[in-house]
Amino acid sequence: MSTYLLRRLFQALVLLLIVSAVGFSILHLAPGGPLSQFAAGGEMTQADLDRIARDMGLDRPLPVQYAEWLWHMAQGDWGRSYRDQQPVLHIIVAHLGATLELMLTSTLIAMALGSWIGILGAMRRYSLFDSLATIGAMIAVSIPTFWFGLVVIWLFSVTLGWLPAGNRYTVGDGSWLNQLHHLIAPSMVLALVSTAVWSRYMRSSMLDVINQDYIRTARSKGIPERRILFRHTVRNALLPMITIAGLQLPTLLSGALVTETIFTWPGMGRLFLDSINYRDYPVVMGILMFTAVLVLLGSLVADLLYGLADPRIRLA
Amino acid sequence: MIPAQNPAAAAAPVLRAAPRRRLRNPALRRFCRHRLAVFGACAVTLLTLLCIAAPPLLPYSDTFIDIRARFTPPGGSSAHLLGTDQLGRDMLSRLLMAGRISLAVGFSAMLISMVIGVCVGLVAGYYRGVLGTVLMRFVDAMLCFPSIFLLLAVSAFIEPSVSSIILLIACTSWMEVARIVEGQIRALRERDFTLAAHAIGAGDARIMFRELLPNAVAPIVVAATLNVAHAILAESYISFLGYGIQPPTPSWGNMLDNAQTYLESAPWLAILPGAMIALAVTSFNFIGDGLRDALDPRMEGR
Amino acid sequence: MFPAPSDEVLSVRNLSIGFRTPGGILPAVQDVSFSVRRGETLALVGESGSGKSITSLGILRLTPPAPFCQVRGEVILRTPDGRAHDLLALPEPEMRSLRGDAMAMVFQEPMTSLNPVHTIGEQIAEAVRFHRGLGKRAALGRAAELLELVGIPNPHRRLSNYPHQLSGGMRQRAMIAMALSCEPSLLIADEPTTALDVTIQAQILELLQELQQKTRMAVIFITHNLGVVAEIADRVMVMYAGRVVEQAPVVPLFKAPRMPYTQGLLRSVPRLDWAGRRGEKLAAIPGNVPDALAPPSGCAFAPRCEHHRPGLCDAAVPPLEASGADHDVRCVRWSELLPEAAA
Repeated sequence: MSTYLLRRLFQALVLLLIVSAVGFSILHLAPGGPLSQFAAGGEMTQADLDRIARDMGLDRPLPVQYAEWLWHMAQGDWGRSYRDQQPVLHIIVAHLGATLELMLTSTLIAMALGSWIGILGAMRRYSLFDSLATIGAMIAVSIPTFWFGLVVIWLFSVTLGWLPAGNRYTVGDGSWLNQLHHLIAPSMVLALVSTAVWSRYMRSSMLDVINQDYIRTARSKGIPERRILFRHTVRNALLPMITIAGLQLPTLLSGALVTETIFTWPGMGRLFLDSINYRDYPVVMGILMFTAVLVLLGSLVADLLYGLADPRIRLA
Repeated sequence: MIPAQNPAAAAAPVLRAAPRRRLRNPALRRFCRHRLAVFGACAVTLLTLLCIAAPPLLPYSDTFIDIRARFTPPGGSSAHLLGTDQLGRDMLSRLLMAGRISLAVGFSAMLISMVIGVCVGLVAGYYRGVLGTVLMRFVDAMLCFPSIFLLLAVSAFIEPSVSSIILLIACTSWMEVARIVEGQIRALRERDFTLAAHAIGAGDARIMFRELLPNAVAPIVVAATLNVAHAILAESYISFLGYGIQPPTPSWGNMLDNAQTYLESAPWLAILPGAMIALAVTSFNFIGDGLRDALDPRMEGR
Repeated sequence: MFPAPSDEVLSVRNLSIGFRTPGGILPAVQDVSFSVRRGETLALVGESGSGKSITSLGILRLTPPAPFCQVRGEVILRTPDGRAHDLLALPEPEMRSLRGDAMAMVFQEPMTSLNPVHTIGEQIAEAVRFHRGLGKRAALGRAAELLELVGIPNPHRRLSNYPHQLSGGMRQRAMIAMALSCEPSLLIADEPTTALDVTIQAQILELLQELQQKTRMAVIFITHNLGVVAEIADRVMVMYAGRVVEQAPVVPLFKAPRMPYTQGLLRSVPRLDWAGRRGEKLAAIPGNVPDALAPPSGCAFAPRCEHHRPGLCDAAVPPLEASGADHDVRCVRWSELLPEAAA
């Protein structure tokens, strides 16, 4: 187990290096690059730009810049925002809570609802419910998240007036009930795609397990159907879902960005968009790296959890 | 598809009656049995034809500003079938013109990303060793970035135009294809016909494109269909966020850009373009699903 | 109800099982009748696809649910309290209370038949908890006793092991312990030794025999291995294409098989005492099991039978005839073939 852990950590570290190199190159090789913020104004001459480039060390070869950047990153120095000179990592962490709150809530919704739909669909395969769930899931992954968000706002905020149309809480009212009230709509919107994906994987995982010999064995023991369903079928079908949950993170982060935009949610996605608007290059770079690390970490944690949950791996 | 590869087909005769022979091609028959896929194919065909042929036939062009008819709701005027927007432009006309752009972006981005993905996958699967490993780790690294973040990070620093958006989407959506192709090629490489091709002295490129690639067509076709859906969605996301196709050129995504402002007074501004995106993307996903079932019977019902 | 000897544990009358397929109803088991007495071992023999496993699953009602699978006939199980249960007519909750209690099953593949994420102890204790109403701790105690009974050393430590931590033979012993947990009157063993090494096979067979002597349970032993049959069975029932083709006590059946199919099966078994005889070859039965959806018109074995006579064998499905005391055979020519069969 510990050698497995070490190997996995090492692999993640190597991938992280590649990820950082890719991220660094993408932003530095993109037309304009870090200088685009100065060029965008149009008042600067080429000579001015060259001088700034020299000052910022941007005239040196890319590998040298990368090495220096990496060295700073490793020391926890993610640079400073062009906008307010705050440390990038500090800004990101300040916005992380709101994003995590949204992502966690919607993940919980998606897991609960998606598992339920998937289990029921597998138990009553080809029934009306199963067909509707299949079509529904296909449609859910096909409609743009922001559009679904707009429809939810139009329906629940504008027309029915049940839910607030945005923000994390009403200014002047910091009660948790008020926060919860604000959380409902955005987490519902963000959960849509995950629920659909989760239900499909859960259904197919259930179908794999239902046909296993040990389910027949359990039935031959004469234990109640409910116990067979939960202790033997669902329990086993959930195992591969741990991995799926880890793989969902990139999709979830993308969805969070859009959801935060629509619901004016003060999270990382909004910060990212704002930073792009201001051409706040260090923050854009920082968030891009941060999300990649989060994704890597997610799949690593999923792998480790899988190892803990499956005795075949835990004890191997 | 090579029939001998398929254990399910070999076991089938015991359990299945002789199939009714109406459609000669079994894959086509399976596809047609997939009702949603047929629906998707019809919807895409219809949508494409409408977007190409219909705009000139409409009473108002998509750019005509009818300031007195601003915010006409759908059905509110016989001249504007689906209503008008905040400038009094005809919604139907704009939706169809936007469809031209969105569908074109979807198809072109798919084509480019397929070329990139297939080439990377082919090379990585064929020359394993260092080159293959490096390429695939690069693919892994690219997949670590949430796609919207990557798209926005780059699109923010470039001059947005239809072609640059196409290129951008293509450059951020080829990785899955590369993975699929690499897996297929790696498996196919070990098979006899590759060895036979080597034996008669065929060059690497010839073996890759003439021998290996045709055998991996089925998953590539499925991936391509799903890729169109992905590209249309991606375009709508970045256009909605203001970094995609720039007005006055309409796209389904940028038509939604201002819609949130008028959500209260003119909800159709938000609902109609979104519904078009949903229809197009769902259709492509249905087709992809049907193709997967049709080309790989083992996956049926999953 | 029919008169039955008081020690008859299970009696099956006219059991038929059909599967619904796109090509029509596939008859997997047709008109099978037999009974097993206390302490008796009945071997069910046949090639794969002959319907022997489906028969056993049908008795426990573990076949797929109704629209896909139809089970007809009568299956009577007598429990030690003297009650007779009409298994095919019982409501599901009552059936469930018999399964794992009065009758239990051991499956072929001990690796896949045990749930990989639960410990051996939990899985054995499960049945005891539900049928005997024991608490978790008491049930685990019982599980340890059972593991000891089936000859697993260190039973208390083994309780917390997962299936993958046990060897194949150990796993099958655990399966047997699980089946025996509520002291069933009837044990169905579906090829319990097929997946095991030969030496382990012998141990498991010995264990089963030993346990049967202790508990006097009735055993239905499903196998395609005639060597195993000779070792443990009291009576043998040979199945072919979903039908019983011959049924007799083990000695007469091995000495004087009357159905050409049984003769073929016996001839295809390598035997030590044949090794000395020169020129005699192991004979495989030519051909394959017929397509169940399009069976031959008469005797299902006719297309592969060396004694096949056109016009006679394919006219109608032959009846199962009594050919002697407790010896049934399904062959129209069995009496003509007698001298040859005895040779």
